[in-house]
Formats: sequence, structure tokens, C-alpha cells
Amino acid sequence: MPKIKLPTKSPRIDMTPMVDTFAVILIFLLLTSQMRSPEPANVDMPFSISEKPTPDFNAMTFLLSPDGKVFMNFDNGPDTLLKFRPKILGEMGKRYGIEFTEKQLREFEKFPSSMGVPILQMKEFLDSEDAATRKTFETGIPMDSTDNQLAMWIQYTRTVNPNIQAIIKGDTKTEFTVVKRVLDILQELNVKRFSLITNLEAAKINLEEIQQ
Amino acid sequence: MAEIIQEEKGGGGKKRAKKILPHMDMTPMVDLMMLLITFFMLTTSLSKSKVMDITLPDKITDPNQEAPKISASRTLNIILGPENKLYWYPGAVKEEDYNNLPPLFETDFSATGIRQLLLERNRALFKKIDDFNQQVIAGKIVITQYSVLVSLRQLNNVDDTGLILLIKAYKAANYGNFVDILDEMNICGIARYTFVDIVWYEEKMVEIASGASPVATSTN
Repeated sequence: MPKIKLPTKSPRIDMTPMVDTFAVILIFLLLTSQMRSPEPANVDMPFSISEKPTPDFNAMTFLLSPDGKVFMNFDNGPDTLLKFRPKILGEMGKRYGIEFTEKQLREFEKFPSSMGVPILQMKEFLDSEDAATRKTFETGIPMDSTDNQLAMWIQYTRTVNPNIQAIIKGDTKTEFTVVKRVLDILQELNVKRFSLITNLEAAKINLEEIQQ
Repeated sequence: MAEIIQEEKGGGGKKRAKKILPHMDMTPMVDLMMLLITFFMLTTSLSKSKVMDITLPDKITDPNQEAPKISASRTLNIILGPENKLYWYPGAVKEEDYNNLPPLFETDFSATGIRQLLLERNRALFKKIDDFNQQVIAGKIVITQYSVLVSLRQLNNVDDTGLILLIKAYKAANYGNFVDILDEMNICGIARYTFVDIVWYEEKMVEIASGASPVATSTN
């Protein structure tokens, strides 16, 4: 009896629908998400019921890391032509007698994450190329009463951009003494309204339960 | 999509050899897409973080200026303690009473802890706010989102029976506790609350309540 010959054809799966699906997912991700800027310290934000979104512009953010360092970030203003960042650094340089070059100011302008560098090391920090060297300079902004650079930063940021809003981004485990110190500095400089960055969490209240 | 379908030409001409349809292999493209998706998933965040607003009182720099007076019967002091604990006491404690400090009540951040306490004390205002919100949701009052906020603020301003909360932080508290307690204020619709510095006899009260140090003052 002759054997039935099966056609020796390699099975081929058409990948085209899969490509379509992935393209759709990719476009969705591109449109709905925004880039996460790398932060010098990982913070685990607390939760609240607030639904107000974080402002995109006119914000100075204080990053309080769990080990008690303070970092600061501010944006370039609603229009990139305003160039608030290099202006603020220039003012800070004038206050501490440091002359920043054009290249250093540009480097500072495009630096994406919060910075926590003492002003005296800022030149070396901006000149260094690789991230590892930069990391060694990130010791947090000094804010003790003898050398209160944080207050200076806040002051010049507010002079350059009067519409700026203070935002605090802290880790759940950050010690309160650090937070208190930052709040005190803000309060002394007449910044009384500020926002705390949180993650959204729902809270349910049953009114009948509390009636008894 | 990517397959090119060749049309057979009409009209019987010469018999040609059957053409094989060119088939594009999509597998590398799938790989590439996967890689891109993974990259975007890792480097971007979908949810935007939210902000909670808080206003601090003016700092009193003039020594002759006195802190505003508030009625003790409406006051409730909340102290953020160590190890995520929460202490509270009603009214005010005077500095002269340091030998005879009132005991602190201990509670926690759960829905049956501080929230229960605040809602019970703030029931009248909370009921008003809740009724108003319900009416807006049900469509009985038609106003804009902004007017809702204004009306709620108005409700807070006219409130003269609700609690006045003074939030204080013991030195071992953390930032998470601070945000949690402010969040409770928003949840419970507390009209008047503020954040003030802790004083030394309150620190002592916390130490007594948490058992951090023995009660040394009772022997004097």
C-alpha cells in the first residue's frame, strides 16, 4: 500500500495582525504617557484624595529624600525663550561670586532632574560629563543657618519668576524634622501656600455609620 | 496589509509559470515593536501625580504680637507621634500645669481611628457639605465646578460650631504621617485647621503616653 504523502510545507504564521496590534499599543503609550525624568533619589510618595493635577510650569519642586537630603528643581517657564533656569543660576553665581560660562549655563538649563549640589561645587558638577561623577556631587542643598543656600535659591527663583509655586515632593519615610526645616525656610520667605505631591487614593465615607 | 496581491490578467494569453506570491516576513518587525513597547513602558509613567494644597499661617516675627485667640472648647490638638502613632487631647494645656499634664488619647490613621473621631465631632458641617455635594450630583443645583468650590468655601466660613484642629508633630514623626493627617482634614471636611509648632510640655506628654521615658515629674 502506498503511503500517504503529506505535503512538506513549513508552517508559516502570518505576523501582520500582531504587528498591527503592537503598533496600536505603541501609539497608545506614546500619546497617553509622559517621560519620567530621572530623579537623584527614589521617593515613595504618600497617598491622598486630592485630584488636582501637578502643574507643568511655574513650579519649584523640593525633593526630600528618605535620607534627609534636599534637592530642588524649577522649570524654564511656560515659554522656553524665557530661560528662567540659566537666569536663576546666574543670579546665584553673582551672590556667591562665581562666574558661570555660557556652556555651563546651557548645561544647567537642560539638566532634566532635581539638583542637590552646593553652589561652590556647581562649576565642577556642570563640567563633568558622566552621570557617575555627577552623582558624587549630589550631597543635597545646604540649609543650615550659617550657610542657607536653599533660602537663596528660593529667593532668586522667586525674583526671576514671581508666579512660581512651591511644591514639596517627599518620601513617606522622610523624617519630619527635615520637612519642618524646609517649611520654616519657606515660611520665613513669605511662601505660605504650597502643594504636596501625592498619589491618588479613594476614601469612602458612609454617612449612616457615623450618625449613631 | 503587507501582502502584495497580484491580480491575474484577464484574457487568456500564453500560459505562464505560476508566480509565487512574495511574502514578507514580519517577525523582526514584531520583535522591534516589542522592544519599543517595553522601552516606553519602563521609561514613562501613565498616571500623573496629584498635588494637595496647604496654607501655613503667617510667622509671628513681632514679639509684641500675640497669636490669635481661639476658644478652647472647640479646639482639638492632634500630635503626630513616633512609629505612626497618633495622639490627641481636647482643649488647651497651660505651661503652669506641667506637673499635672492631662493624659493623651491614642488613636491611629485607620477609618475607625482618627476619621471616626473627626467625623463625630464635625458631623454638622460634614452633613451640610455632603448634602450639598449630593444635590449637585443629583442635578438639583446646577452650577459650575468653580461655583461648587466657592460654595463649599462659604460653608466652611460660616461654620462656627465645628472643630478647630491644631496639628503638631513630635520630632520622630515622618512626612507620610503629615500628609495622612492633612488628607484626613480634607476627607472629613474640617473647616479650620492649622499646623503649629509643638511645645516642650506637649513633647513630654507624648513621651509619657508612648512610654519613652519614665514619669519623672510626679515625684516633684
